[in-house]
Amino acid sequence: MKVTRKTLLASLTSVAVAAVMVAGPAAAGPAWENIHAIVFDGREVQDGSGVLLLEAPARAHDAAVVPITITSLLPQTPDDFVKALYLVIDENPAPIAGIFHLEPALGAAKIATRVRVDRYTDVRAIAETADGRLYMTTAFVKASGGCSAPALKDAEVAMSRIGKMQLKALTDFAPGETNTAELLISHPNYTGLQIDQLTRYWIPPDYVEEVTVHFDDTLLMRVQGDISLSEDPAIRFDYEPAAAGTMRVEVTDIKGRHFEQSWPVGPSS
Amino acid sequence: MRRRDLAGLVFGSATALAFRPTVANASTPFALAEVAPGVFVHEGEVADFAAGNQGDIANAGCIVGDEAVLVVDTGGSARVGEALAAAIGAVTDRPIRWVVNTHVHPDHSFGNAAFLEGRAGAEPIVVGHARLPRAMAERGSHYLERLAELMGHDVLAGTRAVPPTLLVEDERVLDLGNRLVRLRAWPTAHTDQDLTVLDESTGTLFTGDLVFMRRLPVIDGSLLGWLALLDVLEGIAYARVVPGHGPAMAPWPTAGAAQRRYLEALRDDLRKALADKVVLERAISAVASPPPASLSGEAWLLAEENHGRNVMAGYTELEWE
Repeated sequence: MKVTRKTLLASLTSVAVAAVMVAGPAAAGPAWENIHAIVFDGREVQDGSGVLLLEAPARAHDAAVVPITITSLLPQTPDDFVKALYLVIDENPAPIAGIFHLEPALGAAKIATRVRVDRYTDVRAIAETADGRLYMTTAFVKASGGCSAPALKDAEVAMSRIGKMQLKALTDFAPGETNTAELLISHPNYTGLQIDQLTRYWIPPDYVEEVTVHFDDTLLMRVQGDISLSEDPAIRFDYEPAAAGTMRVEVTDIKGRHFEQSWPVGPSS
Repeated sequence: MRRRDLAGLVFGSATALAFRPTVANASTPFALAEVAPGVFVHEGEVADFAAGNQGDIANAGCIVGDEAVLVVDTGGSARVGEALAAAIGAVTDRPIRWVVNTHVHPDHSFGNAAFLEGRAGAEPIVVGHARLPRAMAERGSHYLERLAELMGHDVLAGTRAVPPTLLVEDERVLDLGNRLVRLRAWPTAHTDQDLTVLDESTGTLFTGDLVFMRRLPVIDGSLLGWLALLDVLEGIAYARVVPGHGPAMAPWPTAGAAQRRYLEALRDDLRKALADKVVLERAISAVASPPPASLSGEAWLLAEENHGRNVMAGYTELEWE
């Protein structure tokens, strides 16, 4: 089934909201059931224990910045690789937080990011292999505290810095081996705000929609983001460079802004 | 730079102000203490939201002029707001003309509705930082849901976010009748909508959550911004402050010393962790893990609940330094 992302997420959001309204907030399953049916055509999903690891805090310190790591132990070779990792947060307004389309050129399939969590929720990592197998691992996350809201801490700074990027090498450069990099994109990743009856406030959503990462001219990864990714989206990933080169990142948000930046990657960086 | 603030201060002035007897009587559990002539403060419990405290977990108070009363913060539910309004009614017969919120957090603003109900035609004006309406709109319904989980729906009956209609961009002086109160909107520190209330007659500053005592400070704005603002506030000779949490009043600037030590230690440890390439989810174990009493020489309450959040907030701020 070929579905454009916008229609997909729009339909999922409305279906999920409708389901919650009927079933009540206690029902745990509707968001995933809908995603399973619409995104994965109801295909069989295997237990990811032992091959797909999901690290999430049992209790989130800050509902606006919840660190999540997904590690695939499945092969990442040209013949057999994980082509996508899905991060799903069942109880969020837009449950699909991100889809990480991975290339075999990465040589690894380990992704970490930071998300907003609206309420106590199941979080799911789903790995889809090139030949269509699906694996899923889940974790339960509690967002804590009455004042811990998945909201901006400084709305003005968030807008003033929009589009700035950092690429951090978290490991010493090692050709032919697993290197870890962290990409930070300054962006409010604003969830949008409904009209408030008293203040008449309405602020449209404004978030990072797509991130592509190239090493020299080879695509490593394409990320589809959504409002569940934290302010200043962060994407940490493993990759295996054959030699020194240039990392190029392109970012597009739903307002049509485009940001691009390149960094040399090698022994000195 | 802050000369204007200083110039307005007349410490310990003997301005004759007429008040009714002040101390809440013993049968009233909602105590209101007169911390300076005409300045009343209710000391909230140092605790998290719970059904047992109904959200009465932050300090709130009022300033009484010859003609009108200005309320500073309203507690964490309409019930607490009602109790505060009743306690104020017991110490003065002047009308409440302004209700000021020092910032968006529900323990300081969710009692607002109680001051508007049943006062048709004489409703006080709700006052806040120019950025407060947006923050309330963004967070109000989220807070209501979370607090319902913590306290139950019954406790929250009548509670809702009531945004300010009088906004302070920079500074504003209100005349309560022979008594001037100076409101000041600050750059991002504890939150991005912090507002202080200075009673010029007595030199008493309601800091809101720009000053935490006993309860571990919570960063919901900017760690560096908060430290920079403490520099500014410490340079002003307030006679006393009313912190957002902790005792009803405290001397200044010593009241902010423990908080400063904690925030500085957090900043320094986070900078080192970032330089050492410690990733976000490992930062908590790398940075002065609780109890942060070791950081600041203060046995902070609610440290377990809030230190981790501060590490996350500080880390994501400082990684963009």
